[in-house]
Amino acid sequence: MSVRASLAGNGQELVIQVDGRFDFSAHQEFRDAYESASQVRKYIVDLGGATYLDSSALGMLLLLRDHAGGDHSEISITNCNDDVRKILAISNFEQLFTIQ
Amino acid sequence: MTAYKVLIADDNSVDRKVLSRVVRNQGNDVIEATNGFEAVDIFTEHRPDIVLMDVMMPGLNGKEATRQIKTIADEDFIPVIFLTSLSDAQSLADCLESGGDDFLTKPYNHVVLQAKIASYHRMSEMHRTLLNQRDEIARVNRHMLQEQCVAKAVYDNVAHAGCLTSPNIRYELSPLAVFNGDVLLAARKPGGGMHVLLGDFTGHGLPAAIGAMPMADIFYGMTAKGFGLREVLREINQKLKSILPVGFFCCAAAVDLAPDRQAASVWMGGVPDCYLLRNDGEMIETLSSRHLPLGVMSADKFNDQMTEFPMANGDRLFLWSDGIIEARNSDGEMFGQERLLNVVRDSAHASEVYEDIQRAVDEFVDGSEQDDDTTLIEVVMDDALREDKESAVTKAGISQGPRDWNMEYRLEASTLKSFNPVPLMNHIMMEVPGLRAIGGQLYTVVAELFSNAFEHGVLGLESSMKQSPDGFVEYYRQREKRVAALEEGFVRINMHHTGDGDSGKLTLTLEDSGDGFDYQQHDISIGNNYSGRGIPLIESICDSIEYHGKGNKVSVVIHWPLELET
Repeated sequence: MSVRASLAGNGQELVIQVDGRFDFSAHQEFRDAYESASQVRKYIVDLGGATYLDSSALGMLLLLRDHAGGDHSEISITNCNDDVRKILAISNFEQLFTIQ
Repeated sequence: MTAYKVLIADDNSVDRKVLSRVVRNQGNDVIEATNGFEAVDIFTEHRPDIVLMDVMMPGLNGKEATRQIKTIADEDFIPVIFLTSLSDAQSLADCLESGGDDFLTKPYNHVVLQAKIASYHRMSEMHRTLLNQRDEIARVNRHMLQEQCVAKAVYDNVAHAGCLTSPNIRYELSPLAVFNGDVLLAARKPGGGMHVLLGDFTGHGLPAAIGAMPMADIFYGMTAKGFGLREVLREINQKLKSILPVGFFCCAAAVDLAPDRQAASVWMGGVPDCYLLRNDGEMIETLSSRHLPLGVMSADKFNDQMTEFPMANGDRLFLWSDGIIEARNSDGEMFGQERLLNVVRDSAHASEVYEDIQRAVDEFVDGSEQDDDTTLIEVVMDDALREDKESAVTKAGISQGPRDWNMEYRLEASTLKSFNPVPLMNHIMMEVPGLRAIGGQLYTVVAELFSNAFEHGVLGLESSMKQSPDGFVEYYRQREKRVAALEEGFVRINMHHTGDGDSGKLTLTLEDSGDGFDYQQHDISIGNNYSGRGIPLIESICDSIEYHGKGNKVSVVIHWPLELET
């Protein structure tokens, strides 16, 4: 499991990449990734390298959403594999995030 | 410097005396033993901090004495340093293998000797600290488990107070910790039928259990008061949203089992697909999560839309948390939805599916460690649920409560859109102790009369639509549409009660703004599969039903105590 964050789009976009199992063990790193960045308007969570998502990962995404402004947040979740996409679908997270 | 208690065992008295003097001069207390047996005895009596042991002694040699000392020392770490004139590698290695901790070769170097004694003393200190900490952790852990057991007893009383033991339910809850992250709730509705809720909180143990407490409280409390499942879910969602930190929520599947309508309404948020199996067919109907989990959305955005399925007696609903699907075998492979579907498909009959799933998951997991809570529940539609199980009113207490009263309640369109007055009506009637024993029937009567007045009267929906399964679905689609568009209309409810404390008479009158119907031409007792159930049901409970005017006003009379049917 690893979490990497990088800025794009003139420093207004934060790309957070999560690889491996996205579960509670990623909690601190995932939080650090978005809390240390300021001036960010748009968030992209790249799950291209994520093999698995558990409910605490869903919780972390909700935390990010809250941090990014709740209903006014702009968060995309990208590159999900089928398993990950299924978990997001069961929880109906497409109502809260843009899933690509 | 600190004085250590040092035991020196050597049969050679010159060597022993020399060494004793050196060790004593360095500030330590010395006890001497002249052979192995004596060394063991002295050790037992004086418990020295460290032992300097000659390897070769007559009688009991150094290695054997060491073995005995180490056994007596038990958990304590007592360093034993062998004294030897041997210097070949194998002999020195043998010393350590026989249980010694180190060796010193003769002649002794005083500086090295002192340093070794001090070093081993530090080690035994560290060992002692470690043991103390281990004991402390064990003590704290025991205490915590004890506290959890008490808390669990409270939790079980709250969370499992319902009717999970009903004959139409089979369930399995496997706790991952003392507390389970999964919650299973079931409660009888006062009007017959049942509410069932399966919840899976984020995480396990205490955090999950804490959320389960208010959830169970609301579920049982509101169901007993006659609130619909939508209202119950709405309330639970709001409560969880306000008490759980962001990122914690509860995936849930909730079922409203209505045997009188032979239907089940299901709400699913965040749980995997569940199945509905017909008693007489092979078809498996899949129910999918359509909502966000409970505790995620704010009250105004919460979606309480339920999906209704016709459900005949013997039809079965299977619900589970993701624990079953994510159960792993020893290779770390997940059980998966597909395997689950195959088990269901391959079962000989719907009634065997429950056991087949249990067996398949057990065989698949085969003793490898669980990493999630696995919860499974089977709910069977059972006509017996219609019967009112509430016990008869006891003689004591009957004469209390309101006897003669009248109440009128008029609901306008804006209220009718979103407010269900039936629980409130029921609540008021339940103030009369004599009516409590027939609370279930009364609830049904009020609910039926109100829905007739609202749906057929105010909304103008034709009950004949409900004669086919398609129409049945269409009816509820239309209902939703018309409720959304509703701008005017009313329902007026009048409750009138007279009594003497031992018996009484309740008259319910409902009037609506609709066009009414030709009740003289209408054969109200004709029923079919999906509709027309309301009126015969009311007839069976009430002493009289009377329509007035153009058919938009109805009154029913109920006497209590109910006469036994013969």
